Parts: sequence; C-alpha cells; structure tokens
Amino acid sequence: MASRYQTAFKLYPYEKVAAQDNKHVVRHPVVIVGGGPIGMTLALDLCQRGTPVLVLDDHDGVGLGSRAICFARRTLEIADRLGFGDVLRGKGVRWDVGKVFYGADKVFEFNLSPEAGYKAPAFINLQQPFFEKFAVEQIRKEQAAGAPIEIRGCNEVVSVEDKGDFVRLRVDTPDGPYELEADWLIACDGARSPVREMLGLSFEGRVFEDNFLIADVKMKADFPPERWFWFEPSFEGAGQSALLHKQPDDIWRIDFQLGWDIDRKVELEPAKIRARVDAMLGPNAQYELEWTSIYTFQCRRMEKFCHGPVLFAGDSAHQVSPFGARGANSGVQDADNLAWKLDLVVKGLAPQSLLDSYGEEREHGADENILNSTRATDFLTPKSDMSKIFRNAVLNLAGKYGFARTMVNSGRLSVPCVYDGLSLNADDEFGGPHISRVGASCPDAPHGEGYLLDLLKGDFTLLAINAEAPTSLEVDGIAANIIMIDRPHDALAARYLGDQKSAIYLIRPDQHICARWPAYDAAKVIAALNHACGRH
Amino acid sequence: MRELNLEPNIADPDGFYDELIAAHSTLSKQESDAFNARLVLILANHIGDRAVLAAALEAAK
Ligand SMILES: Cc1cc2nc3c(=O)[nH]c(=O)nc-3n(C[C@H](O)[C@H](O)[C@H](O)COP(=O)(O)OP(=O)(O)OC[C@H]3O[C@@H](n4cnc5c(N)ncnc54)[C@H](O)[C@@H]3O)c2cc1C
Repeated sequence: MASRYQTAFKLYPYEKVAAQDNKHVVRHPVVIVGGGPIGMTLALDLCQRGTPVLVLDDHDGVGLGSRAICFARRTLEIADRLGFGDVLRGKGVRWDVGKVFYGADKVFEFNLSPEAGYKAPAFINLQQPFFEKFAVEQIRKEQAAGAPIEIRGCNEVVSVEDKGDFVRLRVDTPDGPYELEADWLIACDGARSPVREMLGLSFEGRVFEDNFLIADVKMKADFPPERWFWFEPSFEGAGQSALLHKQPDDIWRIDFQLGWDIDRKVELEPAKIRARVDAMLGPNAQYELEWTSIYTFQCRRMEKFCHGPVLFAGDSAHQVSPFGARGANSGVQDADNLAWKLDLVVKGLAPQSLLDSYGEEREHGADENILNSTRATDFLTPKSDMSKIFRNAVLNLAGKYGFARTMVNSGRLSVPCVYDGLSLNADDEFGGPHISRVGASCPDAPHGEGYLLDLLKGDFTLLAINAEAPTSLEVDGIAANIIMIDRPHDALAARYLGDQKSAIYLIRPDQHICARWPAYDAAKVIAALNHACGRH
Repeated sequence: MRELNLEPNIADPDGFYDELIAAHSTLSKQESDAFNARLVLILANHIGDRAVLAAALEAAK
C-alpha cells in the first residue's frame, strides 16, 4: 500500500481485525469510505443516532498541511450539535472583518456579523487537520460510551461492486486484501474519489486556468485577525491578487495568484517564496515557512449524488474554488443532511426514497456554491480584456461609492443553504420573517441563559412560541422534541415571529425548517412530519 | 416593472452628446475604455431595475 501523503496526527493506526481472515464476508449497514472532515462528521452523526457505521481510510490519520482554514457559522452550529463545537471555537481564531485593497489602497471593509445574538461567530480560522482531529476525538468519546462505530486506518478500498441492494468492497491492508459488504456505501473519498472512478461515474465542470501559491508562515505579528485581500497588490511578485489571514498558533495563511504559465518547481523553491513574502511583509519580517503548496482548481459536480446503494458526499460529489470557503463547509452540510435520513432508512422508519431528497437538496446546494465560486473566480481572474476593464472599474468606484462595493467579489463567503421550494418542505402558512422561512436552517438566537440551537439536538422538534402545543408528540415511531417559549428574547422574536403574535415551527433533525403555522394544528403537523420523512 | 425607454428622453440630445465626447477628448484609448466601464456601472446602478437592465443589454446588441 502506497501512502499518498504524510500524516499530521496518527489517529487511527492500522490494526488487524478478525474480518480479514477472509473466511466469511461481513455485511455492514453503513460503510463510509474516506475519513476526511466529511466522512468523520457523517460517521459521528450516525453513531450518535445508534446506526452502526464503519469508516475505512487509506491512511492512519490526518494529512499534513492545511487546505481549509475558514470554517463558517453553519459548520460550527453542526459541530455544536455533534458535541465538538466548543473545542473548534476554543482553538480557532474568530474573525468577522474583511478588508479589500486595490493596489496599495484600501477600497472598503465588511463585517460578516453585523448582528449580535448568535452563539457561533461568522467564521473561525482553524487548520483543517485540527477539525478532523477534533471530530475523531469526539468519535472516540462516543465509542467509549458504547456508540456503534469503528474506524479502520490503512484500509484502502480497491474495488467496489454495486450488487443492486448492497455493495461488495475489496479492501487492501498492510496484511493483504479482504472483502466486506455494505447495505449503504457513502463515498467521502475526496475530489479524486476512487469510488466514483471505479463505478465509472463522471465529474464534469470547469477548470480555471490559474495557479495559487499558499505559504503558511509562522510569525509573531500584530496584524488583526481579519481577512485582507489585495487585487493587483503593489508589492512585488504577488501576482494578480494576494490574501493574508490569521490561523491559530501564530500561523498566517498567505496566498498569491500566480497565473497560468508557471514552472511549479521553480515557484516552490523556498528562496523564491521568501522573496515574495518579504515583499509583502517588509524586509524585516521574521518568519518561518510552515507549509507551502501550489494549487489549481475546478468547479464541478456529479450529475447525481445518489447511485442506488452508493451515495456521494463532500468533495467526491462536488468541488469548488477555495474563494468563499465553500468546500468543507458545504460538505459538512451534506453530512448534516444525510445522517438523519440514512438513520431513519436503516431503522426502517422511512422509505429509501427519502434519500432522493438528499440528492435533491445537496445538488441544489452544490449548484449554489458552484455559481458563487465561479463568479468570484471570474472576478479574480477576468477572462477577457473587457472583463478586466470592468473589474478594475468596479474596484476604482468601490473606493468612492457604496454601490460598487457590493460588486467587489473576492469570494462570497459560505452561508447556510436554504432548500427553497424543494420536495420535503411543507406549509409556510404565515407571514413570518424571511430568514426563518420553510427550507432555511434555523437562525440561532439567545434563549434563557444560552441559545436556541443548544436545544435542537438532532431530533424532530416542535417549537411553539407564544402558542399552545401538546407536551409530547410521536408519529409512527418518530418522536419530536417539544420546545415551548413564552417570553422570547427580542432577537428570537425578531427572527421567528416578525410582526406575528405566535408561531409553531416544525424543525427537522438537521435544524432546517419543515413547516410553520400561526397556531398548532395536529393534523397539519403530523402530515408535515410524515412528508419530511418521505412517508405519504 | 418599468419598461426600457427607447424613445427620445434627453431634453438636450446634442448637448449631451457633446459632453460625452468631450469627456473622452483628453483620454488615451485605455483611459477611455476604463471611463466607459465606470460610466456604464454608474448608470446601471442608477437604473437599478434588473428587468430594465436586461432589456438594455439586449437592446445594445
Ligand atoms: C487551498 C485550499 C483551501 C481550502 N480552503 C477551504 C476553506 O477555507 N474552507 C472550506 O470549507 N474548504 C476549503 N477547502 C476545501 C476543503 O479542503 C475540502 O472541501 C475538504 O477537504 C473536503 O473534505 P472531504 O472529506 O470530502 O475529502 P478529503 O478531505 O479529500 O478526504 C478524503 C479522504 O478519503 C481518503 N481516501 C481516498 N481514497 C480512498 C480509498 N480508496 N480508500 C479509503 N480511503 C480513501 C483520503 O485519504 C482522505 O482521508 C480548501 C481546499 C483547498 C485545496
């Protein structure tokens, strides 16, 4: 078995298991291929629900070097639900402010959380290996408490056979290959997805002709923890654009846009990189190069994420440019969307067709991300002379006029996806606020000593605000948690009532809103819950 | 929704045309291109209405 990368943390060293004796082939309800951020988030969610899950990863831990650094509020909210939000926030660097420069001049700045009343910040910066490590540590806690989960490191999936209602896998290990079977196989095996390749499925989209150099440097500097982005930077050798962003442990992400025709080997020489960084930070800056890499990118997705017993999530299903931080952040939303549905299907509480809605909702999410990411990329790398003239005109005007600032696009940063108009939604019988419309994920708000989302723990929830509701609710084996709020905090009232007096919200296990009404109506609530589970 | 007005709408057409050309008289080709782009953006923002802008993009073809 060849190792494709060095690991930063060895989290799941290889151990031989009995199933490798090849005497009998073991069938698992759910097998996840790939222990990246998405595979681990999904595994954690499933095992907390009691659905047995086996994770196979071809390495023994998390890869060295950080790809993702920006984790969005929605990701933190999902991690909170799964129990590792606090450690992410504890280690991460919180930031809200971004500044945009054109040449040497600042053209404007933005604040991503103008409104208070959310537990999670708009963004934290954290090296991706820590995200994965913290997810695995949470899995280990669940495992110690008896949750049905197993992670097998150095287990490389080398063949996949779709048998219609199950999948047969061949897995290579340091002790040789063995076989196993899965009722459901979730491919979280990254952008190059071997599972996708083995099934001969296509992955179409656009390649962007540009190279970006990442230099993560370690230095003591007193720049604020803000996202600084330069178009046509004035410092020498920076290329078309540059980015400076703080990470924990005195690490700073620096990014330079190098253009298309470059010699990667030459550009990666430390002396060459240091010359660029010196020009940016000034000749007296003291720093060490922590990690460097050159990346190109693509915007593409699979046509369908669901293929019989094989489902795709994360980068295996969709890929975007890093501008907007929509890669891992959208993949975590895939996991959030899939876990409760798969759990209900495995337990026989919902029909398999419920999983079609995973495809529908997350393909919609991927389209939105690809659209935003493509637009940002076209702004960063104008594709024609005239496109560049307009781009620079926008930047020029942005220094003077507010309207032009809205057009400056250095990446539209990841926000939660709203499933507007999609199949699982039910009634929106009420002129409530737009942000909490049916299909949206619940906006957080202060409640009691804490926050509303602290109470949405992964079951269906009936939220009654200034309204009558039953004290318990169970619909054919699926119980809903009931939350009654009589004196809502102002921000909660603004986000859930608007100018209405009372409200009943039915909320899915992934905190997305199924339906809302001005008052409780048992028949409607039951119908909406059944509808959200694909039961008709 | 308002409609794109393609009927005469500027009180002093010759005067406006004069001013437009004069604005470019001392500019290089490159500066003129940049000026035009800024002007389009400013006018577009003033109009604002997406349907009118889409109709204008069509009418200019
Ligand atoms: C430069 C850069 C910056 C980025 N910045 C951000 C950001 O700020 N925010 C953000 O949200 N996203 C960002 N991203 C995107 C983010 O890194 C990815 O979206 C994320 O890693 C996807 O996670 P994943 O779990 O789907 O796949 P991966 O992280 O690729 O994990 C796949 C896993 O599957 C394993 N595997 C592969 N093949 C097999 C096999 N045959 N058998 C068993 N295991 C296998 C791999 O070893 C790996 O562990 C960035 C990406 C880049 C390149």
